Amino acid sequence: MKPVNDVGIAGWGVYIPKYRIKCSEIEAMWGFQPGYCRNLNVYEKAVAGVDEDTITIGYEAAKNALRRAKITPSEVGAIYVGTESKPYAVKPSITVVGEALGITPETLGADLEFACRAASEAIEASIGLIASDMIKYSLVIGADTAQASPGDVLEFTASSGGAAYVLAKRGNNTVAYFEGSFSYITDTPDFWRRPRSPYPYHGEQFTGDPAYFHHIISAVKGLMEFLGLRVSDFDYAVFHQPNGRFPLKVASKLGFPKDKVLPGLITPYIGNTYNGSALIGLAAVLEQAKPGQRILLVPFGSGSGSDAYSIIVGDGIEERVDLAPKVKDFLENKEYISYSLYAKFRGLIEKFEM
Amino acid sequence: MRKVYVVGIGLTKIGRFFDKGLRELFAEAAIKALDDIGGEKVQALVVGNMMSSSLGEQNNLGAILADYAGLGGIPAFKVEAACGSGGVAVYTGYSLVASGLFDIVMVGGVEKQTEYPTRIVSKGLAQASDAEYELFYGISFTGLNALVMRKYMETYGISRDEMSVWPVLMHKNASKNPYAQLPFEVTIEQVSNSMLIADPIRLLDSSPIGDGAAALVLASEKYARKLSDTPVEIAGVGLATDHIYIAYRDDLLKLKATINASKVAYRMAKVEPSQIDVVEEHDAFTVLGYMNLEDLGFSERGKTPKEIAEGRFHPGDKPTVNPSGGLKARGHPVGATGVYQVAEVAMQLRGDYPGVKVNGEIGLAQSIGGLGTTVSVTILRR
Repeated sequence: MKPVNDVGIAGWGVYIPKYRIKCSEIEAMWGFQPGYCRNLNVYEKAVAGVDEDTITIGYEAAKNALRRAKITPSEVGAIYVGTESKPYAVKPSITVVGEALGITPETLGADLEFACRAASEAIEASIGLIASDMIKYSLVIGADTAQASPGDVLEFTASSGGAAYVLAKRGNNTVAYFEGSFSYITDTPDFWRRPRSPYPYHGEQFTGDPAYFHHIISAVKGLMEFLGLRVSDFDYAVFHQPNGRFPLKVASKLGFPKDKVLPGLITPYIGNTYNGSALIGLAAVLEQAKPGQRILLVPFGSGSGSDAYSIIVGDGIEERVDLAPKVKDFLENKEYISYSLYAKFRGLIEKFEM
Repeated sequence: MRKVYVVGIGLTKIGRFFDKGLRELFAEAAIKALDDIGGEKVQALVVGNMMSSSLGEQNNLGAILADYAGLGGIPAFKVEAACGSGGVAVYTGYSLVASGLFDIVMVGGVEKQTEYPTRIVSKGLAQASDAEYELFYGISFTGLNALVMRKYMETYGISRDEMSVWPVLMHKNASKNPYAQLPFEVTIEQVSNSMLIADPIRLLDSSPIGDGAAALVLASEKYARKLSDTPVEIAGVGLATDHIYIAYRDDLLKLKATINASKVAYRMAKVEPSQIDVVEEHDAFTVLGYMNLEDLGFSERGKTPKEIAEGRFHPGDKPTVNPSGGLKARGHPVGATGVYQVAEVAMQLRGDYPGVKVNGEIGLAQSIGGLGTTVSVTILRR
């Protein structure tokens, strides 16, 4: 897809909770063979503190994005959060974030759900709203405090964190723009969570070939054909990162060398932040990219769908980088916790009130 | 009893088929087998399958598969004997033709597992053990085999690396089998260091979860030559059972049902183990690969790992064991496995097996249900 007017990125920001649990701690807790999670190329994951949730994570990431965009929050005409861990089943998260940031009341907004891909859908919707001049700025947040059943393999990766992007018409304060996108969606039920179920189910190997790999490869091939681009035209490739292995595998299937993927591969150090996953990876790339470079961004959500974007980096990006904490800063600011503290923070154990 | 021949064969590749259900898989194999006999009609269908009920919530399988494969209204039924269902289906199909009830019978085997998570499949497979006295206490089928493997290693003083020669040989054979689920080679180091599943069983000691279907057409002597230029005779069949609850067994390192079933089959075929050219046996886990050869009379107790390390049972030796790659690497589509084995041995004898070839006259297939609870042995002759 390509809008009549190009739309771009004015600001970006991330937030990653400072708590980390080592995967070896989870292995030992549940009796996995030591080194099990090394096969997933994941070593530790970020854990939201007891007073953090998708709303606070989204707020922090959005604040950083607004700082880099250098705009007044009230100029934002739409605010979206893509998440699968809403603090309330019914009640929007974005109203809280929007109110706290001073964006409300004259704005569009909604919480969106499509597993890990909802924030990407918010980017697509925002491109339409901005390109058609309905709004000037859109704030898109991808944030999660992902759930995993204790002892399930998902527990090695399901983590907490988020990213936010301020989008605007190309040339209107933007430092990168979307050259085009291609979406690919089917009914492929590889991962789901029913109402009143605290943890998701997943279809094991079904999450790989027919879900992750098929959808990402289809979206990327569609984009390349649509824009007439080849692998060599891209300087970076950022894929959804459910673990540290899949993005490298899909890159190799598509012919992308490892060194184009590694700058945006953050999951090995923080786990899978779901809606934040690919978008934190993109932030890490923007923080080192040079004007004129081309980035492939490919979020994926179970259920299943994937969007491939070609992003061209523009002038002025370097000046925005230091206006807010970088991905690197969040990776370095960490405090290791035990499984028991992690269990308390994530609500896996409850104190009985006498 | 009348003589019975294998005259038609159809196999699917074994693997994870997200786009094929139970009936599509079966029809693929059945149509290939029918093509193999020039499209002649079959008079009855026997299907080996273990988990259509527990996983797929589907009973009445015979009728469904006969209908879907276009066999139209013929007598059809499912035979279930856990992982040995396929071997028992062959035994049943043999009986139908030998008895004179029918002249042309299709024996199929089919299993569809990969659309279910491992914990569900493991629970389904565990129903091969004693639900009241074993399963109830939480042991899995892999757990039961782990007890046997530990006992084997301790009794005969066999190290981890010495045990690992079986998967290495199986993967090497499977690497040439176009139907195999895991057609790649592995090293002793990879086997010994693979993920621990149920100590001492590691990932590469275990047969994989997979989907597949196999079909044979069996015919009486009168029809065998009409339907095939290279009919292969089923010269002997044996079927035996043992205590399901392993605590009732005298010796964990022998599968009495294999010993008893093979005795019957050898006697019926009038052959000795030394005359067998090719064997397809039921190596669901590494330790069973060794024990089966000992129970079938091919090697001495506790000496098989060393013999295999020295080249015994490899391609070119007599007998060649599991040229398909065995359950370990060809794969183990549970209720279909026993049918694959007989099909593979028959193809070896008629000379059109597409993988590791064995030039021989006599072959043997052994299929196990549970931990040696139901064992069938089929001897084929060119």
